[in-house]
Amino acid sequence: MKRTWGLQLACLAVTAFFGVPLYLIALAAFASRESLDRFPLSLLPTDVSAETITTFLGSTGVVGGYLNSLMVGLSTVVLALLVGVPAGYALARYAFRGRDPYQLFLLLTRALPIVVLSVPLARIFLQTGLYDTTYAVTLLHTALALPTTVLITSAVFVGVPREHEEAAQVFGASPVRAFARVVLPQALPGIAAVAMFTFVLSWNEVLGATILTLNQRTLPAHVLTTLSDSPLAYRFAGGLALVGPAIVFVAVMRRYLLNMWGTTLR
Amino acid sequence: MPGGVRPRGPLWLITPSLIFLTALFAWPLVAGIGQALTGPGGFTLANVRRMLDDPYFWPAARNTALLIVVLIPLQFALAIAMALLLRARPRFAGVYFYIWVIPLAISDLAAGLVWLAVFTDRGYLNSALAHLQIDGYAWLSYQHPVTMFLAVVVAELWRSTSLVFVIVVAGMQSIPRDYDEAAAVFGASYWQRLRKVILPQLRPSLQVALILRTILALETFAVAQALTGRNLPLLVGETYQWYSVLQNPNVATAIALVILALSMLAAFGYLRALREPGGQP
Repeated sequence: MKRTWGLQLACLAVTAFFGVPLYLIALAAFASRESLDRFPLSLLPTDVSAETITTFLGSTGVVGGYLNSLMVGLSTVVLALLVGVPAGYALARYAFRGRDPYQLFLLLTRALPIVVLSVPLARIFLQTGLYDTTYAVTLLHTALALPTTVLITSAVFVGVPREHEEAAQVFGASPVRAFARVVLPQALPGIAAVAMFTFVLSWNEVLGATILTLNQRTLPAHVLTTLSDSPLAYRFAGGLALVGPAIVFVAVMRRYLLNMWGTTLR
Repeated sequence: MPGGVRPRGPLWLITPSLIFLTALFAWPLVAGIGQALTGPGGFTLANVRRMLDDPYFWPAARNTALLIVVLIPLQFALAIAMALLLRARPRFAGVYFYIWVIPLAISDLAAGLVWLAVFTDRGYLNSALAHLQIDGYAWLSYQHPVTMFLAVVVAELWRSTSLVFVIVVAGMQSIPRDYDEAAAVFGASYWQRLRKVILPQLRPSLQVALILRTILALETFAVAQALTGRNLPLLVGETYQWYSVLQNPNVATAIALVILALSMLAAFGYLRALREPGGQP
């Protein structure tokens, strides 16, 4: 009995460490301006107001940043899946020459820091006219997400029994049709998880997006560049605006997190 | 898995990704090396020299190294402890797991802003202290480099421990419980079982997490930016500074290449150290 108490206490302590800051940022973002000016700040939601958050949402560049983030995130998902899913399928189903070097190449690209790519890419994009567009950021984010997309989708396809596919072909379906009708439906939940993972990666990436754009900034890039000359209330609201989708994401993805991070990143 | 039904199939399937990754990784990498090492008159080390002479460079390098040295052991200890807590099957394990993994999807910029609300002069930490009749403290002031650094460590610990935690939990799931139970039957204490049974089997997971986290910790940037501005310079922050404020992409790439070299070094170092079977008693 004593041991379980200790266990619960330890769990509660860890939960407090992770949960309390989330509570506090929500508290700050939903406090009125004057209550944020007061000191000491109230630790209870006594003065809830949408004033701070609406001021943030109404300030220049925020709505545009949201839209850009959304655009970049969705295009990154589509592009990464278009390029990555076939490669993941090939890794899962075929023993081809060059398979190991290809996998090594994927792992190597994963280890390249974003910052190394962003600055030279900015120049390349300037020369090709892509600079300061959402396409530029999409390309960078797709490149960042692609190695993981390939490795995870390959794990997803390994989980779909090969026999089902072969059976369909025996009954006369073409390989493409067998893939579309038999394999894809079974792989879909896993692929949806990959898609969400990619979206979050894009949503969170800030340095590359900042370097590659001036006017078409994504939300994190916009918040970062306005950081030094914005009032605290604005920064708190910005913090909540960036955290919000994360909580939703984890709630939806809970079932897949362990498989995605645990087993496929080797 | 192997089948090779249509030997030409897989090539067509992987070619787009090969082209894409080469265009967006190899090309900028080569261009970046060129950018850092050339000036108006061809090959030059002037950018490198300028980087080394910058008064912010060495503090940034030192802070980045210090951050890794302090953060990573703390983070691994916390993540392993958290995984062991869940392994003991507490009640409400599902709720705990959910809250503990939320930071997995939170960006470093957002984490910096969250902790800014806590550590800033009139923030929640000082407010809580005031409620307890204790005087506040300027945690993030440039006059207090130690607490400034610790604030960044806490924020990073909060944000990035879940990644290690998830990798460790997944690794633990593949360890058969029988070994552990057998050791317990033969009278091994909890610590003995942890050191001799559980941790050795976690080694592959820990290795992955260690490489990944070291490389990511080298890239720490926005947390410090949100909490301290340039008062606590870090290497990636200096790249950003040189690029966007000082408008000098050449020096910016020089710093970026230093980060790349360190990342590669870290990855190879860990792989070697952890692959060697005689490395541990």
